[in-house]
Amino acid sequence: MAAQDQERIPLTDTPFVVAGRELRSRLILGTGGFPRLETLGDAIRATHTQLVTVALRRIDPQAQGSIMAVLEECGVDVLPNTAGCYTARDAVLTAKLAREALQTDWIKLEVIGDERTLLPDAPELLLAAEELVDEGFTVLPYTNDDPILARRLEDVGCAAVMPLGSPIGSGMGIRNPYNLALIVERAGVPVILDAGVGTASDAALALELGCDGVLCASAISRAEDPVAMAHAIRGAVEAGRLARCAGRIPRRTHALASTPDAGTPDFYAAPPLQ
Amino acid sequence: MISLNGVPTDGRDGATIAELLTALGVEPPGRGLAVALNGEVVPRGVWDQRRVADGDRIEALTAIQGG
Repeated sequence: MAAQDQERIPLTDTPFVVAGRELRSRLILGTGGFPRLETLGDAIRATHTQLVTVALRRIDPQAQGSIMAVLEECGVDVLPNTAGCYTARDAVLTAKLAREALQTDWIKLEVIGDERTLLPDAPELLLAAEELVDEGFTVLPYTNDDPILARRLEDVGCAAVMPLGSPIGSGMGIRNPYNLALIVERAGVPVILDAGVGTASDAALALELGCDGVLCASAISRAEDPVAMAHAIRGAVEAGRLARCAGRIPRRTHALASTPDAGTPDFYAAPPLQ
Repeated sequence: MISLNGVPTDGRDGATIAELLTALGVEPPGRGLAVALNGEVVPRGVWDQRRVADGDRIEALTAIQGG
């Protein structure tokens, strides 16, 4: 990128701030699904992310290597999640355990409804969000692409909303861009697309639609070449954000010439081709 | 008898939380570890003192890849 362009970007963009904390990247990396910890480390470096998710599970005496060592080596911050919780009760306790384990008040709140879809359970999610906000957590809820639920989550004090593009791990991209745009339009907190990204263009679209950030796991970790995909999605997030700031042209049904009509020559004297 | 990560475990009544973690192969108070005793968080500051008793249910957790 030319030096001149680098200077121009901050004039149109604003920093990515969540709960008063400025993050250097609009891409948050989910760590699930990486075949090896070494690949995870390489992918983290390729994304330039500052924030990565982890989950909590029972200690496995047979486990090899420690994710904490990799994250410390990469110098990234940790965003624990409540993955696998089906009730507000379990999610709240998991968040408290995560706070104890990782010394952070930030929690990516997930309360899912069933195993087949992994879609959020809206009433349990809202209940857990309210309780965790009361307990002093910075709550980032994984939510449906429902503008009303997103507003309710914001109303109870969530620091951001994280609507899905499509189900976790499905790679189906953004199935309802209109809902996502409605969420963005009304939100007073950052909107971070969570779940559904399958490839770089999905991430770019999220930013173009006005999302402030993207959380991406499977699209990178389960790609044939995770590190190459990490580079691709990082570029897509930057491109999408820049396109949003630049202001896209409106969609039209008919053509609009970019070359002016005025000054078009008249070749009446030339004989037609046979 | 206690329940340690869902496994009924004999001979551990009276052990400290720290001793249970060591037996699971981790070094308390390492970053990324957390313990729930009967559904309540046990702060890491008391892992050396807090002892478990017959019937207690202990969940000993660690940060892993996910999300």
